[in-house]
Amino acid sequence: MGIISRGFQGRRRGDDDRLPPGQYLVDDFPVLSTGPTPRIPLERWEFAIDTEAGQTHRWSWPELMALPQETPTVDIHCVTKWSKLGTGWQGVSLDTLFEDVESAAEYALAYSYGGYTTNLPLEDLLDGKAWIVHKFDGEELEPRHGGPARLLVPHLYLWKSAKWIHGIRLLDEDWPGFWETAGYHNYGDPWREQRYEGD
Amino acid sequence: MRRLTWRPARLTALRDETGSARTLVFRVPDWPGHLAGQHVDVRLTADDGYSAQRSYSVAAPADGDTVELTVERVPDGEVSPYLTEVMEPGDQVEIRGPVGGWFVWRPESTSPVLLVAGGSGIVPLMAMIRARRRAGSRVPFRLLYSLREPGSRYYAEELRRPDAGLDVGYIYTRAAPDGWPRPAGRILLDDLAEGGWPAGFEPECYVCGPTGFVEATADLLLALGHAPERIRTERFGPTGD
Amino acid sequence: MTAEHLDGNSLAGPLSEIFAVDVTAAVGRCASCGLTGPVAELRVYGPEPGLVARCPGCDEVVLRLVRGPGAAWLDLRGAVSLRVRLPE
Ligand SMILES: Cc1cc2nc3c(=O)[nH]c(=O)nc-3n(C[C@H](O)[C@H](O)[C@H](O)COP(=O)(O)OP(=O)(O)OC[C@H]3O[C@@H](n4cnc5c(N)ncnc54)[C@H](O)[C@@H]3O)c2cc1C
Repeated sequence: MGIISRGFQGRRRGDDDRLPPGQYLVDDFPVLSTGPTPRIPLERWEFAIDTEAGQTHRWSWPELMALPQETPTVDIHCVTKWSKLGTGWQGVSLDTLFEDVESAAEYALAYSYGGYTTNLPLEDLLDGKAWIVHKFDGEELEPRHGGPARLLVPHLYLWKSAKWIHGIRLLDEDWPGFWETAGYHNYGDPWREQRYEGD
Repeated sequence: MRRLTWRPARLTALRDETGSARTLVFRVPDWPGHLAGQHVDVRLTADDGYSAQRSYSVAAPADGDTVELTVERVPDGEVSPYLTEVMEPGDQVEIRGPVGGWFVWRPESTSPVLLVAGGSGIVPLMAMIRARRRAGSRVPFRLLYSLREPGSRYYAEELRRPDAGLDVGYIYTRAAPDGWPRPAGRILLDDLAEGGWPAGFEPECYVCGPTGFVEATADLLLALGHAPERIRTERFGPTGD
Repeated sequence: MTAEHLDGNSLAGPLSEIFAVDVTAAVGRCASCGLTGPVAELRVYGPEPGLVARCPGCDEVVLRLVRGPGAAWLDLRGAVSLRVRLPE
């Protein structure tokens, strides 16, 4: 540990057993970015699932809105150590989107407007564990938080919940994404503190 | 070989520049010296090991083991309120630097210089002004300093004193002093056309401040015909503005 | 206009942990659009979760740097080459 700065607290508070190891609570919603914030007009927005067999399933914005909506309330954990508890979202479960998709793939690569990518095992997107969300706290999701729509996979560190989601590609082999190829952990379970490669 | 590591730095003196900005003077044993315009990274560590780091420009030319910073308090910030409100002489931080070899002014340089500061962006530009004075350089300098109101001026006394070859102009964005010829407002093409150097003089332009300010100013300088390679920028990040 | 990024200058500290020379003054070429310029003029996003430096011409990623405990990861695949000034 370095030299201690007397009286320095930092922006941290709270001890809560809903917090994974090494995390602290924040009241605000920090914005972390890897590039300029994309602006995607809703008329041109689309979400796609591309299967390993080369089939593509697409949804326009009105089509996404017409699907059954869920309102998950979840805790979110960022690898940079902040967490927010009990955040409220609205969107479509990936189970709904995957209903007519035929696939034997094990891996998924989420890709975003703006070029961001992140990889996950496909099973982590199913069984009520993930959503495409477009509302936060009852309001339309702001562009800086990933609007019009982002992936939400709250049981993994938040970099897996790709902002400005554009589609999900299903793959037979794992394909590490943007941060996973630059030192971050391939899976990213906050409860096992899988922050960096090798953790 | 000069790979940098963190060095302990002890605060030796404090000076308030404005109601919200403070100059901090640190003693850093074995400090290797620095160039005007360079910055350092400052790291704070809490007693439980939590740490945070931020960048700060060096405010004055090299002087032995002394490193001088000027920090603006950002409301609700994590690091700047500690530096400007909590720290007292004798307290320690860690410093890594000096770093940055691009946004620097060297006393042997002979081109005229245009400095454009927005708010706390004055800090590295002041280091250049001080380095010029210290070196006895005759290179003509112009400073355009954009700030909210007269009370937010850093180094007010020092900038008021005559310094041969240095012209200083102010742009007030919120409230100008009584009788000030220019209405309060953001920097415009005319400010740079009148208060800067003609592009034909081929000045070195240094622009520093909040990201939005730097962006706008660099665009205006390009529009006035300054070559991109002579416009050097240092963005400090977003502002609450 | 975005007001989110910093200049490549801000990479100087993090890169100084890895290199003995100042890499921000080095001149690089973007692998995507070919624009040439100093690292100091890249557009830097971050610092967390990692530093991402993009080309001011085409916004493609030129450099990425992640600092973890006990290791750093550096990706320069967006740069064709870097010209670093060195003494004779
Ligand atoms: C190369 C470089 C040199 C710098 N030199 C200086 C310097 O000489 N003096 C100096 O005071 N600062 C300087 N800065 C800015 C400094 O690094 C910090 O960003 C600043 O002190 C805020 O840190 P914080 O921890 O207090 O706020 P944070 O906790 O980081 O931010 C708190 C909130 O305030 C917002 N915010 C961030 N910065 C500002 C701002 N400037 N004004 C208003 N709101 C803001 C953020 O978006 C955030 O929402 C420099 C930055 C860089 C990259």
